[in-house]
Amino acid sequence: MPEASVAIRCRVNGDDVELQGHPMTRLLDALRRELHLTGTKEGCGEGECGACAIMIDGRLVNSCLVPLLHADGAAITTIEGVAQGDRLHAVQEAFIAYGAAQCGICTPGMVLAAVDLLERTPHPTDADIRAGLAGNLCRCTGYVRIFEAVLAACGRRPAPSTARTLP
Amino acid sequence: MRAYPPHYELRAPNDLQGVLTLIADAPGKWRPFAGGTDLMVLFESGRLPRGKYVSLWGLRELSGIEANTGFVAIGALTTYTDIRAHPVLRSEFPLLCQAAAETGGIATQNRGTIGGNIANASPAADSPPALLVYDAELELISARGARRVPYHLFHTGYKRMDLRPDEIIKRIHLPRGRASWRQTYRKVGTRKAQAISKVCFAAAADVEGELVRDIRIALGSVAPIVIRCMHAEAALRGRRPDAEAHASARRALAQDISPIDDIRSTADYRMRVAANLLIQFLSELTP
Repeated sequence: MPEASVAIRCRVNGDDVELQGHPMTRLLDALRRELHLTGTKEGCGEGECGACAIMIDGRLVNSCLVPLLHADGAAITTIEGVAQGDRLHAVQEAFIAYGAAQCGICTPGMVLAAVDLLERTPHPTDADIRAGLAGNLCRCTGYVRIFEAVLAACGRRPAPSTARTLP
Repeated sequence: MRAYPPHYELRAPNDLQGVLTLIADAPGKWRPFAGGTDLMVLFESGRLPRGKYVSLWGLRELSGIEANTGFVAIGALTTYTDIRAHPVLRSEFPLLCQAAAETGGIATQNRGTIGGNIANASPAADSPPALLVYDAELELISARGARRVPYHLFHTGYKRMDLRPDEIIKRIHLPRGRASWRQTYRKVGTRKAQAISKVCFAAAADVEGELVRDIRIALGSVAPIVIRCMHAEAALRGRRPDAEAHASARRALAQDISPIDDIRSTADYRMRVAANLLIQFLSELTP
């Protein structure tokens, strides 16, 4: 008989956690339901839209396509782990300043994709930015503000006025 | 409707030996599961066949790219991201790197594997046309031993492969020495990123003076399998790529491919675009 449940250990946003579940459980569901990290969104649920993007071992992945078993031993960063304490990441600041969020469903994935892009390519070209965000779909803003925000985050547009802290 | 997890088993042995032993104990019962970019999509839509899956993800023996004197060996678990980044592949096998760069977005490229792309056997897969152009050979492994299959003989029909029930793909071997060939890769889809191909074209030609000494042509999304166009190649080999050769290549191509109407495109469009891509490639071979 198939095993009902496995226990895996991983590090999520710096904390060691143990997760239990069927090995095919989507990591997306484990993060949201077990750890209540609901910043990670489900959009299409088939790896097309990027709303569920997280970082695993430093690489951007769609958590809807990762079975729980593959998270064993992984270091995971979700949108909740992008800010350093009260200090928002430059990408988050820029998204606020440039109005790059509307309904917000795509925003966590967009932010993570942009953070990942800037870590790999600190001085991206316009084409780099478009390619870096190509796996993330937004159905509200039309991408222009998102694109502008990423330009701002890498210093190619005026920076947001002042550093902001979370309330 | 999403699948019901208890209908599935997913196990991750610690090493390749463990995987092969598990599969050998019940050949055909265990299906390999790599990065999940295809199988999890099926799982979520309730279309993944029920049963036992053995995870290959993270197996060291199936990972990595090795450049030897005569060939480059790519572990089946190598991701598109790692293919894109590899210096030898970038300089000698640019079509494969371009295919990797045009497969899904970054998040898919970080999980999708070359072996998975082959074994999923979609006729619309993006890396196989490049592999065909480079005369790839597959190294298959089972508990009984290893064997090699030329990639152009591997796909035998829609979703059918020369892969025995206890075998998995271990590595892909690419012979070196084609860096000077003129080559091109073109994926035609509805949009620039994240598209599934309507037509995917790869070609490479060894041109000397005005003659095409040797040539490889491969296409995706125009037949039940990703296909090497042997007739079109034969029509061009040893010839000057002039208007007459273009015409015979176009006729020969119609023998190689059998496009259909489906949700992404039509047979007519695919036939026309496939031929145009070939003619464009040929037109650029000589000044």
